Amino acid sequence: MASETAAGVETMTYREALRLAMREELERDPSVFLMGEEIGVFQGSYKVTAGLFDDFGPERVMETPISEEGFVGAAVGAAMSGMRPVAEIMTLNFILVAMDQVVNHAAKVRYMFGGQVGVPLVIRTPNGAGNQLTAQHSQSFEGWFANVPGLKVVAPATPADARGLLKAAIRDDDPVLVVENLQLYKAKGEVDTSVDGEVPIGLARVARAGTDLTLVAHSFAVTRCLHVAEQLQDEHGISAEVVDLRSLRPLDMETVAASVAKTNRALCVEEGWASYGVTAEVASRISTACFDDLDAPVGRVGMAEVPMPYAKSLEDAALPHEAKILSAALEVCGA
Amino acid sequence: MATTRRRTQSRSARRPDAVAAAHAPQRPLDLLAALRDMTLIRLFEQEAERQYKRARIGGYCHLAIGQEAATVGAVAALQPQDKLLTSYRSHGFALARGTSPQAVMAELFGREDGCAAGRGGSMHLLDPDRGYLGGWGIVAGQLPIATGVALAGVKRGEKMAVLCELGDGAVNMGAWHEALNLAAVWRLPVVFAVFNNGYGMGTTVDQASAEPEIHKRAAAFRMPGERVDGQDVEAVHAAADALLQRAREDRQPAVLEVMTYRLRGHSVADAGTAYRTKDEVEEWASKRDPLALATQKLLAAGVAEGELDAVAREAQEAVDAAVAFADASPQPSVDTLAEFVYGDPRTAEQFARMAPGAPAGEAQVIAQLQQAA
Ligand SMILES: Cc1ncc(C[n+]2csc(CCOP(=O)(O)OP(=O)(O)O)c2C)c(N)n1
Repeated sequence: MASETAAGVETMTYREALRLAMREELERDPSVFLMGEEIGVFQGSYKVTAGLFDDFGPERVMETPISEEGFVGAAVGAAMSGMRPVAEIMTLNFILVAMDQVVNHAAKVRYMFGGQVGVPLVIRTPNGAGNQLTAQHSQSFEGWFANVPGLKVVAPATPADARGLLKAAIRDDDPVLVVENLQLYKAKGEVDTSVDGEVPIGLARVARAGTDLTLVAHSFAVTRCLHVAEQLQDEHGISAEVVDLRSLRPLDMETVAASVAKTNRALCVEEGWASYGVTAEVASRISTACFDDLDAPVGRVGMAEVPMPYAKSLEDAALPHEAKILSAALEVCGA
Repeated sequence: MATTRRRTQSRSARRPDAVAAAHAPQRPLDLLAALRDMTLIRLFEQEAERQYKRARIGGYCHLAIGQEAATVGAVAALQPQDKLLTSYRSHGFALARGTSPQAVMAELFGREDGCAAGRGGSMHLLDPDRGYLGGWGIVAGQLPIATGVALAGVKRGEKMAVLCELGDGAVNMGAWHEALNLAAVWRLPVVFAVFNNGYGMGTTVDQASAEPEIHKRAAAFRMPGERVDGQDVEAVHAAADALLQRAREDRQPAVLEVMTYRLRGHSVADAGTAYRTKDEVEEWASKRDPLALATQKLLAAGVAEGELDAVAREAQEAVDAAVAFADASPQPSVDTLAEFVYGDPRTAEQFARMAPGAPAGEAQVIAQLQQAA
């Protein structure tokens, strides 16, 4: 469990921080309720909602059948009618069967009906790869959703952001996809529980300051980039700044551009496929916004462009591991 | 309009009971052979469980220990030209259909000689030579595909049927409704075998389904729907055989609800105790174990105990050989990572060139391709 360090600051896991956000919002606002597969008696398939069913009961923590399209659609309807549903999709892979409700319906309602009604819906779901879960269970689709006007997409990389962004998402009047990451659930960090702690949607964060190169990432790729930044410093004397996007839509280009103006070099990293992906977008924007600042073409690293294989040897080769980020960083730096 | 009416009439004229009688099982089950398959599957899965705990097997590993009679009974009713599709709980299906334990274990180990070349793992076994068209990992995803496999069979004029296994949790997905409706309106020879093991992860059938007697839902598609004791391999075989025959002969799709139980958790990672009692599991293990039930029947029929011992011994030898084979098979080479993304191997080069950071030069590749062609 979470342990106290300083007054109000607790060290907790990413998973516990998400749980805390839901607990706090369930207590604060009676219109908030949770729904999802196995989030009750089973305690959540990744245990994010553990204990909430016992404390808030089946009306506030609703277990659903395996019916993603049905219950996400029901969440859209409930959200249009004054409730604030937080729907858990067991993993991002399974949202594809509910894609119609998310993209054709939730994202369009406010605009399509002339601004008369909104959809204050949160969908939270883990994504990512690295546990040999194979092609249908190892995907990172956040770029697909960030492509859709009408949706907001956030992807926290730390426990404090996990709590803060989820709270902001629940309070938001529009549909927000909160992309979690399987590799981060156990990650620990400090969370100031003495304050409300909401993290505004649409603000990036400088996770590490540096002067020679900007590494742009989100979610688990931030962790990888922080390690690479250490290596660049220790082994090559290169000072890398790491910008954690936190929100993919809206995207905070100001923080990214300010960093690149300082470092003159950028490498964009993501866990998903880079072609047409988040890094495609960010790299393109850097090329436009920072054209005069750049000393080298913007680099990109993503997952190998294959469906994820099962064999450990192949999975390792497909993931955007630190060694790959490091060599791409050195290339951008001409080192 | 006229066509529609005619079709409706002919379908409602096909009374399930009447037709079922006309298709009494023609191939009686060889119970000893069935026990052999069940034993192999049981020992194979127990070994997989051990190997998973030793981290020789990764990812998800969904065992079907306790469901062997359902698997073997249903698969034994397939003819060589029939096709099989399953969910992710699929080790037993591959083995029952005749895929070698070596190839299956090597797949679980993620090795080159696995039945999916180490790409698929536990959830995605495949053996097209034996008509096994895959274990699928998205709940209900395989249902429309099974319908399409049957459609192809019909278009090619083959007298075949498709057996599509799914869990009780899959019947609330949109894909269930769409696949069954298409199978019915196009009159496709698919038998949807719902393996009702009482739970979808931790959710009971009653919690998940407004009509928990799943076979009754077949009525919504004017298909026959039957329920059978899934711990009795002969009963499963007889029911599956009759329905598959009707599928082959009359293009009659059907739902077969096979009542069974998984003695383990949802996957090896789940203890399976948060949502059910130890007593419940113990009750099924001690009184309804399909291997024990088949053994009792064989003994009662006068089969010698020595013969049954040999069954267990041979199965254990096969499992040991499978582990040794899997162990010796190499990990797939990293050079083959991009193999199989597309059918034409030359495409890989095009995509390598397109990857972020790669040099441009598509024209060069295309010129090469044109030269080669
Ligand atoms: C569309 C989709 N949603 C959720 C999951 C996660 N999941 C995998 S298996 C499973 C339970 C399925 O239960 P059931 O169909 O009864 O089959 P059983 O596991 O009992 O064999 C769930 C929820 C998934 N794979 N696909």
